[in-house]
Amino acid sequence: MTAIDTAPRTPARPAAATPSRRTADRVFQRMTLGAGLLVLLILALRVLSTVDQARPAFAHMGLRFFTSSRWAPPSDEYGALSFIYGTGLISLLALVLAVPVSLGIAVYLSELAPLNARRVVTVVIDLLAAVPSVVWGLWGFLVLRSPLQRFYQTLSDVLSPVPGVGKLFEGPVSGLSFATAGTILALMIIPIITSLSRDVMDTVPVAQKEAALALGATRWEMIRGAVLPYSKGGVIGAVVLGLGRAMGETIAVALVIGSSGQITSRLFAAGDALPSQIANQFNESEGLFRSALVALGVTLFFFTIVVNLAARAIVTRTNRHLKGVAL
Amino acid sequence: MHPSVGKAWRAARRRVTPPRHHAVRIVAVAVALGVAATACASSPPPTGTLAETTLNASGATFPKVFYEESILEFGLRESRVTINYAGGGSGKGRTDLQERQVDFAGSDAVVKQEDVPNYQGGEFLYIPTVTAPITVSFHLEGVEGLRLAPDTIARIFQRDVTAWDDPAVAADNPGVELPDTDITVARRSDGSGTTENFTKFLVSAAPETWTLGAGSTVEWPADTQGAQGNAGVAGLIKGTDGAIGYIDYSEAVVLELSFASVRNSAGNYVEPSAASTAAAVEAAEINADLTYDPIDADGPEAYPIAAPTWILVYRNQTDRAKGEALKAFLRYLLTDGQALALELDYAPLPAALAEQALARVEQIEVPL
Repeated sequence: MTAIDTAPRTPARPAAATPSRRTADRVFQRMTLGAGLLVLLILALRVLSTVDQARPAFAHMGLRFFTSSRWAPPSDEYGALSFIYGTGLISLLALVLAVPVSLGIAVYLSELAPLNARRVVTVVIDLLAAVPSVVWGLWGFLVLRSPLQRFYQTLSDVLSPVPGVGKLFEGPVSGLSFATAGTILALMIIPIITSLSRDVMDTVPVAQKEAALALGATRWEMIRGAVLPYSKGGVIGAVVLGLGRAMGETIAVALVIGSSGQITSRLFAAGDALPSQIANQFNESEGLFRSALVALGVTLFFFTIVVNLAARAIVTRTNRHLKGVAL
Repeated sequence: MHPSVGKAWRAARRRVTPPRHHAVRIVAVAVALGVAATACASSPPPTGTLAETTLNASGATFPKVFYEESILEFGLRESRVTINYAGGGSGKGRTDLQERQVDFAGSDAVVKQEDVPNYQGGEFLYIPTVTAPITVSFHLEGVEGLRLAPDTIARIFQRDVTAWDDPAVAADNPGVELPDTDITVARRSDGSGTTENFTKFLVSAAPETWTLGAGSTVEWPADTQGAQGNAGVAGLIKGTDGAIGYIDYSEAVVLELSFASVRNSAGNYVEPSAASTAAAVEAAEINADLTYDPIDADGPEAYPIAAPTWILVYRNQTDRAKGEALKAFLRYLLTDGQALALELDYAPLPAALAEQALARVEQIEVPL
């Protein structure tokens, strides 16, 4: 049946289909182009409208919006520095905690784990990535807060006398703090960094690994000499994606950071971050106060763009560097 | 979670339910569960006389439980009317009403004079609906009751007083054995009408001491603990020995927190309750537009931290069905709803004010 049906049609196809196929191709091309342009349009509109709404606050505060850390809505003082600092600090903390663990898991999964363990761990990691951020936040607030506070107290008693680093661990300690927010963020970005890094490590050519082993490298030397350099660019990309998520994370941070805008080296003190401040205050804000919150959003947007561009530059450079070596 | 399941759960977890409303409440719970479970089951015959319509609203969260329960019970009478009260905060309610995105708004605060021209629907009315005390709740092992003067509260929340055996606390509580526990101050991290009313009270009753001003959020000292919503603050207080914070009365009662008696302007230490709040509202001066300020009111029995709340509606309604439904719902809130308010640990309006508010509802103009 099929053979009979298709047989007469085959010779007719090129002649009949060409004009309509050309049209179809053109329509398809236009549609994808439109979809691509839509992204740019949405971005442009968003930038325009937020900048427009933030203008009264920028005009009112001037440069002090970025240099002052005093945020006092009742007296119309809006300085964002402590929130910028908080966002930076907790993102950095999250990376410091998450990157070693993630890379460890990724190396284990791609190079060392037996197949069964590999499957189980991969599924668990993917499940972790699917936990909604509000659940992370509530878990941090309801379950982690008290044990962490006791842990911080012990850590603070032991480490605060150490000259230099001791400053980071000085008391009084609070269960809702930079450190708690950083910990929750670390847990949230471990799945992203892990699964992306593992994917990259899986692409390392077997020949390259076997070559290292054939030269007498131990397994660790093979990982260090063949796997890690080859996947460096991808891993950095993964870390930056994690950083992006950490910087923008809102509700989980809002629940556990303690909401006290302050600039301090004490990791166990309550702080505040750009997105959590917006989420906490937006509903009850009006006029200049609301404008100042939108201005925080613009600031956050600016920082995420800078981070992403920087990351892109780093990835391109390492890739080029790597190719240079490989060639 | 489906909102009506939340409502049903909240209704179910309430410990004491006076018998008069018991049957209604069980029906309400059953209806809520039924709606959540079987959305496409055949509906019962409609009740009531109003035309089919939907009212959307947003605003203050402190009366939200009261409004939600009222909507449920009003829905039993007028089944063709659907009312959605989205909460979101007084500020959001006012902004939404300005832009005519909602049919009415809940607000714990009066609209600022400079914002009045922004209301696109023209003249709007204040309908007072209910009041409630704000408690100063605490958790202190070995201490059941506390008495606090406004100055002491101000000094505690400013972190000038940081231990429970401070002479300032002791002076308010003669004969009470106070431990030397450190004070942990719990406060809202989100902008809130509760914060606004609590800080207004401190500005008014402790003007010499309180330096942080009043607002939906203020510049709290860095070593205070911020948590989201009444439930978050209550969680901090429950989990921390030596903690103190301000919480809406209904939430404090449900969560079984201890709360302090607060000294009023007559010099008496008064416990928060529906009665002491009603005394504060009665002592307050009611303005021509039915706005009033019950905070730090005179009167020997008045509890000084009472929060008012209003529903804001446009005087000239543009849709007949909506307008009629809105008036009927407001009438319900101000009559039978008041008994429900008491049951939900809010303070009903004094009868005279409820009368005035009812008269104001009749001024809403509905097109033919």
